[in-house]
Amino acid sequence: MPTLTLVQAVNDALKTAMRNDDSVVVFGEDVGPKGGVFLATEGLTSEFGEQRCFDTPLSEDGIVGTAVGMAMNGLRPVAEIQFQDFIFPAFDQIVSEAAKLRYRSGGQYTAPMVVRTPYGGGIRGGLYHSQSGEAYFCHTPGLKVVIPSTPADAKGLLIASIEDPDPVLFLEPKALYRAVKAEVPEGHYTTPLSTLRTVRKGTDVTVFCYGAMVPVCEKAAEQAAASGTECAIVDLRTLLPLDEEGVLEAAKQTGRVVVVHEAPRFCGFGAEISALIAENAIEYMEAPIARVTGFDTPFPNTLEHHYMPDHRRVLDAIEHVAAY
Amino acid sequence: MTATQPVSVIEPDGTTQGHDPGLSDEGLLHAYRTMLTVRAFDDTCMKLQRAGRIGFSIPNKGIEATQVGAASALRRTDWLFPSYRDFGMALYHGVEPVEMMHNMYGNARDTSKGRQMPVHFSFLDPIHFYSISSPIGTHLPHAVGAAYAMKVRGEDKVALVSFGDGGTSSLGFHSGMNFAGVWKVPVVFLCQNNGWAISCPSEAQTASDGYAVKAMAYGMPGVTVDGNDLLAVRQVVSEAVERARAGEGPTLIEARTFRMGGHSTSDDPTRYVPAELLAEWEERDPVARFERYLEARGLWKPEDRDRLYAEAAAKVNAAAKEAEGVGPPALESIFTDVYADVPAHLRRQGQATFDLARRKGDAAAGDGEFPL
Ligand SMILES: Cc1ncc(C[n+]2csc(CCOP(=O)(O)OP(=O)(O)O)c2C)c(N)n1
Ligand SMILES: [Mg+2]
Repeated sequence: MPTLTLVQAVNDALKTAMRNDDSVVVFGEDVGPKGGVFLATEGLTSEFGEQRCFDTPLSEDGIVGTAVGMAMNGLRPVAEIQFQDFIFPAFDQIVSEAAKLRYRSGGQYTAPMVVRTPYGGGIRGGLYHSQSGEAYFCHTPGLKVVIPSTPADAKGLLIASIEDPDPVLFLEPKALYRAVKAEVPEGHYTTPLSTLRTVRKGTDVTVFCYGAMVPVCEKAAEQAAASGTECAIVDLRTLLPLDEEGVLEAAKQTGRVVVVHEAPRFCGFGAEISALIAENAIEYMEAPIARVTGFDTPFPNTLEHHYMPDHRRVLDAIEHVAAY
Repeated sequence: MTATQPVSVIEPDGTTQGHDPGLSDEGLLHAYRTMLTVRAFDDTCMKLQRAGRIGFSIPNKGIEATQVGAASALRRTDWLFPSYRDFGMALYHGVEPVEMMHNMYGNARDTSKGRQMPVHFSFLDPIHFYSISSPIGTHLPHAVGAAYAMKVRGEDKVALVSFGDGGTSSLGFHSGMNFAGVWKVPVVFLCQNNGWAISCPSEAQTASDGYAVKAMAYGMPGVTVDGNDLLAVRQVVSEAVERARAGEGPTLIEARTFRMGGHSTSDDPTRYVPAELLAEWEERDPVARFERYLEARGLWKPEDRDRLYAEAAAKVNAAAKEAEGVGPPALESIFTDVYADVPAHLRRQGQATFDLARRKGDAAAGDGEFPL
């Protein structure tokens, strides 16, 4: 099995999907000859031609809006937004149009499309090249929101997203693009959406996380294990629709829960997980649920490493709920 | 109403048809030195980025005449709404290289308090150089709104907003132009058509014949100017500024130029910029063009270039050294300026951070690299 970085796995997924289905088209800013600023689309224009992988004018609204039109008329668009921070001109197209098309037309019109975009900090990108905006989109019925954390999942989840009948926002943790190489199966396969992944088994504390926070939580769990606290780590993978059964089961197993995300805390995804558990499994809880998140501030530049949750902060929360 | 043939003033040999630049000899030399300082700033930042001292920079080579020519048409009481590639506008009006270097290092003396990426400057003095936002095109409506305020407050001021060819595809371009036309406010739109939006050539950005023609649809004049000709840019921007001051409304100016470097320090333009095209534009280097003009006026000799560049570089290098010696912003700065007052939840988050640092040590800086 080849070993690939996460961004290479994204590239492999796009090629696999395009070879498999002529209707898959990839477009966005700089995705053509340059191959994308992170090289996620490298080699696509040369293999599939300019009609299937191409650059667009600098308009996220145009990119996503035209994707909706393509999707309703037989193409399978995979639009790239260069940075998640620049998706907001397309917010209207995603939230008002793509996500609501099936519902408002009584199922006559649909938008099977993917918007891929790198999110998150760790590249010294300051306010506008670092944000984690998943919560804005998770508040959008009709949209699916997917975030991989490993190369194999990136490929399997992206192919599943492209083949999905509904619009999917596919958020790629840019801090993990080249962080590790791991085995990725060759050829076509899918990883089902709305299923979480157990990263690590443990009986004392359950840590819920996704994307770039997964390796941070793994490091914290190793340190916790060294002092006798065994953590289960759950990678949510799909935030919407969420694998609610899986979350509740994992929470009940330990009765002690930590939720970790890089995005700001207030109305963040951790609030949804906490509420889900509080509503359905409070009687299993041995300790208050702890959240480890980015601060409720814009994303700083020089001090970004203080803003982003690191293994110290996660470990501190693990110790706190374990000792409660 | 709309001219697509670029206005130019300086002939290839440096002469003009008796053009009055409206600048003294010292003023002309200040414009020249500013262009050299931009080059020195570029060169230094490239080295600093390669050496890992700063994370990122934006090259300006090729577009110095547009920046400096346009800036020279403004008074210091006017407002600039710049793009991230407008170093020369700040320098021309007297922002010191060291103030810019504080931002490049994101240190405690950076006017943005180390919160923004490099090249995202923000200055109030000696001219309003509006805080730069990364999202392309968002600042055009801001300039229009500020110009509206100038009009209703009866201020004798003009707003100049600068953006790229790529920026004309943004929502902000279209709403900004439309509102400005309807409101007839004192704003000048300067589109720096440098041929590229990262790797996307200008021809892929629009099907119209250049960008100035877009003015017609919004009911304002559009002018195309040779962006490598400092005096031509100065002339057309001055005319637009005068119109604005006289209450005659906005103008769109397209400055045709060429980005002779990469999009940024992380970009490799040889992957997509045809070598012949670059060579063609190198022949039209805006600094050399202005040198020939100064020489024809007896203000410059070839041996001046190295000396004056060295002076500019020494100043920029000293600025980098000084900025490097200033430490990072205080941890508290993460939590201030979110609102006028720090609300209770942010005070709690800050306190928890300081406590954790005491108990478990400081967070470690990462080594992530900026990709574009
Ligand atoms: C809304 C938005 N989309 C994408 C980007 C990423 N990006 C940064 S610069 C750039 C190209 C801008 O080209 P242009 O407007 O011509 O300005 P230039 O860099 O040539 O000066 C892009 C796509 C961004 N900053 N904002
Ligand atoms: Mg450009």
